[in-house]
Amino acid sequence: MIAKILEYLQYPFVRYAFMVGIMISVAAALLGVILVLKRLSFIGDGLSHVAFGAMAVAAVTGLMNRTYIVLPVTVICAILILKTGQSTRIKGDAAIAMISVGALAFGYLFMNVFSVTSNVSGDVCSTLFGATSMLTLTKADVIICTVFSVLVVLFFLFFYNRIFAVTFDEDFSKASGTDTEAFNLVIAVIIAVIIVLAMNLIGSLLISALVIFPAMSAMRVFSNFKSVTLFSAVISVLCTLIGMAASIVLGTPVGATIVCFDVLAFLICWITGKLTGRS
Amino acid sequence: MKRHSKNDMALISVKDVSIGYGTNSILDGISFEVNEGDYLSILGENGSGKTTLLKTMIGLSRPIKGTVSFGDGLRKDGIGYLPQQTLIQRDFPASVREIVLSGFQGRLKKRLFYSNEERSSVEEIMQKLGISEISRKSFRDLSGGQQQRVLLARALTATGKILIMDEPVSGLDPRVTEEFYELVEDLHREGITIIMISHDVKNAVRYSTHVLDIGRSVFFGTTDEFLREEGREEQ
Repeated sequence: MIAKILEYLQYPFVRYAFMVGIMISVAAALLGVILVLKRLSFIGDGLSHVAFGAMAVAAVTGLMNRTYIVLPVTVICAILILKTGQSTRIKGDAAIAMISVGALAFGYLFMNVFSVTSNVSGDVCSTLFGATSMLTLTKADVIICTVFSVLVVLFFLFFYNRIFAVTFDEDFSKASGTDTEAFNLVIAVIIAVIIVLAMNLIGSLLISALVIFPAMSAMRVFSNFKSVTLFSAVISVLCTLIGMAASIVLGTPVGATIVCFDVLAFLICWITGKLTGRS
Repeated sequence: MKRHSKNDMALISVKDVSIGYGTNSILDGISFEVNEGDYLSILGENGSGKTTLLKTMIGLSRPIKGTVSFGDGLRKDGIGYLPQQTLIQRDFPASVREIVLSGFQGRLKKRLFYSNEERSSVEEIMQKLGISEISRKSFRDLSGGQQQRVLLARALTATGKILIMDEPVSGLDPRVTEEFYELVEDLHREGITIIMISHDVKNAVRYSTHVLDIGRSVFFGTTDEFLREEGREEQ
């Protein structure tokens, strides 16, 4: 079994995939802590549908690197969702649902009507679940991914105290003179970036899992912010590594396998939390 | 207690302020001053606009009309604010120390991390409010009274001057409520100015020096004046 994994690791594209996997997992898990605590888990879900829509359009136009279309579109939608969520006219959750379902429908429509390949359902499936794209990562993909992941981690490291403060109590932070609107804008942009990057790895439908599960697992077993943040990053990387290895050995789809291990980790943490009386 | 003449700069001056949502005002033409050493209770029914007024005073909401100005060396980042608890906080995984330390965020300015001085003064403040023993505990595991003490400690780290509290005793049982009022009174005696929204007329009258009542008609004055006014209404 281990021999099989090692054999695969000799191929550069598999090593790329593992590297990208680790980096995306860390970034997504860190962000997930904020989103889950701020009750914004749904934003990730909504934006992944937007990214799917943009991906479909990009596929039809036949661009070489689709990220150039998908990233800006998703960033703009993230900002839109956050802005409308703050106004009282359209409720935040309704705004997310409208944008995400709309994008999903348009995306699928585009793929069908302007299909460039004969295998439409295969294309849709791989965009949604990231079936094969992970193994076709180019060096450019890996570099983009590395740069953005490192930026997210640095942002967390340097702004850790402010991130905690604003997440815990936005009103208090605002009253203390912290620019909470700028903070929310940065968070929106980061969410969008991570979702687009993670699409290559596990597909747009399963991205939410990568964002939500590690944070939820960590919250079952730890009760202070620092430990929750660190643990969710660690468990996220572990689940991704084990999931990727398992998918090689068992020949299962990568994204779904990773998410299965995330679910499993959550169950273990949940039971541990129950037993130790922490949650 | 230090009494200020009308000419002195008040800590907070509210002049002819109207508040509300959009263009619909819920309160019109509110004017009052808060001076150093005052203990102001803001009374009024639910929905009368107490919280919005408070948020307007500290710059979280914009008034439809009128101005709020700070004086006497008070700065926006020197206000100790104790907001109503949010749904988010109820199951938030944060230790007491982490929360109290976040009171210093206004002083971070361009710095990224808290200084050792700030970290040690957090210990002092926790000691003072009697929450040192629970400093490693998680906020979500505390009782309502302990949670309010933690949020009061955070507000204190942000200020040496003025505490602004939005119904800090709502949902607490009578004994814990009493303890909380005593604690606030101690801080008031040390010279900290207090502004508190309250439902509880009896305790408000007992501790405060000034009352702002935004009921059917707006009243602002000293507590004695308020009691006389009340007495007249009852006759």
